[in-house]
Amino acid sequence: MKRFFETSSLSVGYNGKALIEDIDIALGRGRILTLIGPNGSGKSTILKTVSHQIARIRGAAALGGSDLFAMSPKELAKKQAVVLTDRTRPELYSAREVVSLGRYPYTNMIGRLTAEDRFIVDSCLELMNASSFAEKDFSTLSDGQKQRIIIARALAQQPELLVLDEPTAFLDIKHKLELLSLLRTLAREKGLSVIMSLHEIDLALKASDLILCVKDERIAAFGMPDEALSAVSISELYDLEKGSFDPAFGSLELESAAGKPKAFVVAGAGLGVPVFRRLQRQSIPFASGILFENDVDALAAKNLASSWVITPAFEPMSEVGYEKALELMLRCESVIDAGTPIGAFNKPNERLLGIAREKGLINGKYD
Amino acid sequence: MNHGEKNNPISYRGGLRRFALVMLLLTALLLIMLTVNLMVGSVGMSASRVLSLIWERLFSSSSGALELGDATILFSIRMPRMLLACVLGGALSVSGFLLQAFFRNPIAGPFVLGISSGAKMVVGITMIFLAKKLILSPGSLIAAAFIGSLLVTALVLLFSQKVRSMELLLVVGIMVGYICSAVTDVTITFASEQDIVNLKYWSMGSFSGKGWEQVKAAALVCLPAVTASFLLSKPMGAYALGEGYARSMGIGLKPFRLALILLSSLLSACVTALAGPISFVGIAVPHITRTLLKSSRPALVIPAAFLAGAVFCLGCDLIARTVFAPTELNISTVTSVFGAPVVILMMLSRRRGSEG
Repeated sequence: MKRFFETSSLSVGYNGKALIEDIDIALGRGRILTLIGPNGSGKSTILKTVSHQIARIRGAAALGGSDLFAMSPKELAKKQAVVLTDRTRPELYSAREVVSLGRYPYTNMIGRLTAEDRFIVDSCLELMNASSFAEKDFSTLSDGQKQRIIIARALAQQPELLVLDEPTAFLDIKHKLELLSLLRTLAREKGLSVIMSLHEIDLALKASDLILCVKDERIAAFGMPDEALSAVSISELYDLEKGSFDPAFGSLELESAAGKPKAFVVAGAGLGVPVFRRLQRQSIPFASGILFENDVDALAAKNLASSWVITPAFEPMSEVGYEKALELMLRCESVIDAGTPIGAFNKPNERLLGIAREKGLINGKYD
Repeated sequence: MNHGEKNNPISYRGGLRRFALVMLLLTALLLIMLTVNLMVGSVGMSASRVLSLIWERLFSSSSGALELGDATILFSIRMPRMLLACVLGGALSVSGFLLQAFFRNPIAGPFVLGISSGAKMVVGITMIFLAKKLILSPGSLIAAAFIGSLLVTALVLLFSQKVRSMELLLVVGIMVGYICSAVTDVTITFASEQDIVNLKYWSMGSFSGKGWEQVKAAALVCLPAVTASFLLSKPMGAYALGEGYARSMGIGLKPFRLALILLSSLLSACVTALAGPISFVGIAVPHITRTLLKSSRPALVIPAAFLAGAVFCLGCDLIARTVFAPTELNISTVTSVFGAPVVILMMLSRRRGSEG
């Protein structure tokens, strides 16, 4: 990977005081680096230093082979554009005029737009799906529309490196997804490099080539998404106490009901998930079995159930597993059949349901 | 790259077409105002009389006509007064627009921020204590007013670092204005009779009794300053997005902000030195201009605001000298009557806008 952007022993902070020290990151052309981490961890400080908004404390950084901090503001403006979290509220500027300001580094002394400038502005508006409200007064737009205009402005600056601080804030799901796919497309097709911070961990892991985890004013992990996550778990990174993050689903789960399981769910093949979620919403602690390893139900049970029985996949369920599940089931007040079909490998589940029926445990108490 | 179909020329030229229309309208109004100002007064003159006098002055070099009473009134009294109102009105409105760009808030202006009062204070002190040693040429008055403007501007900027809300900063500015006026009043108490007459007359604010010397001074200071302001219109536009974005587009913030403040102070100082403090023009006229243009783009607003300021002040001066003739109102009275309501309306609509 050719290094397009690189820092070495970079320390960032405010007023001469280092907040995060010794940042060593490298990013190839056309790659996306996402900073994740809790609020106040210093993500913005890094982004602001990279974009010359605040002075670096120590260390060096290079952009396209030249010293980032030695670049004049004018030079930098042609290579790098930013989307900040600052609230910007120009009065009586149309959305198009705001996007046109992105052409600033390229226009003449009084900022006259050439035909090419106008073409670029129009295409950036189109990329952000913003042509329909381009003539409207910027201050009358919704927060999401404003954000799209601000991003279009940054694109109109035709940067090689785009720095975005929480660009998905104010965007609804559709526009979040569209923005991230657009960034991926621009990265792949135009070689645009991106450094951004995101709050949506799931999207960050899916959209980024590299992840930088920032926690407590230090770098907790840096690398490809799976590498970074093996170094530090999301629960650790964000100090999650009420709930968990499942890297396989890329989803956040609410805290599961604690305590002795009251219900036992005979599940498998993903049919258990809706039952699990319902029980969790009702704060009913439950157990589940017998599940095959890596079955969707098994993954979900690990996040949501208070206990579970999981056996290796692709072979008949073991007798040991059956004994464990039976014991667990008999300690519950009620048994729920998720409706998983019975086949050659999961016959023990049929036996479990048979016993439950005999003992009157299929009593619908928690259905 | 294909520049064909996708380019939508209408949306880009729409703004420019509107600008051309507004400029045309303002030029027409200016010509009307100029003519009416030259015609109306204690001695009425018809438009044809005015035009023939001007024609004679320009194209017949015979000095005979110069002795005529009408010609004297026209060329020594009305014409310099009218030109002064034009240049200073335009300058004041541009000065306000620069301050608004600086604070990114349309309610900023040299009068409400106390800058005009600061200029008045220093000019007052100069008039009383230094007048005997110095000849008070328009140039030295402008210099004194410039120092006063800068002093108050520096004070307001100091406060603006502590005070985040513009409304609060306005209150501070108004208070600073009162303090400056108080200081001016105190100096008047210790002044000689003759100085008081001069100072009182001047501090009320008026375009009357001004000659070609003042017009020359005003033109020499204001026209280059307005041109320089126009050349700043590109960074001003980007600055409207906020400091972070402005910096990211390659603007050196410190020199840019300094240039804005110096130009704005110079323009308003020139007005205060030559015509006394004039209220509300700096806020009301740029606001009307932006509304007419439906845009805040500085490259469009600055020329239009200059013209509009000229028209506004010519109109106000006409009212000042005709409504209660032969008694003249001071110019600030008239500009307040027309300017203050505009400012009130603007603040109300802004409130609604920010809450809604």
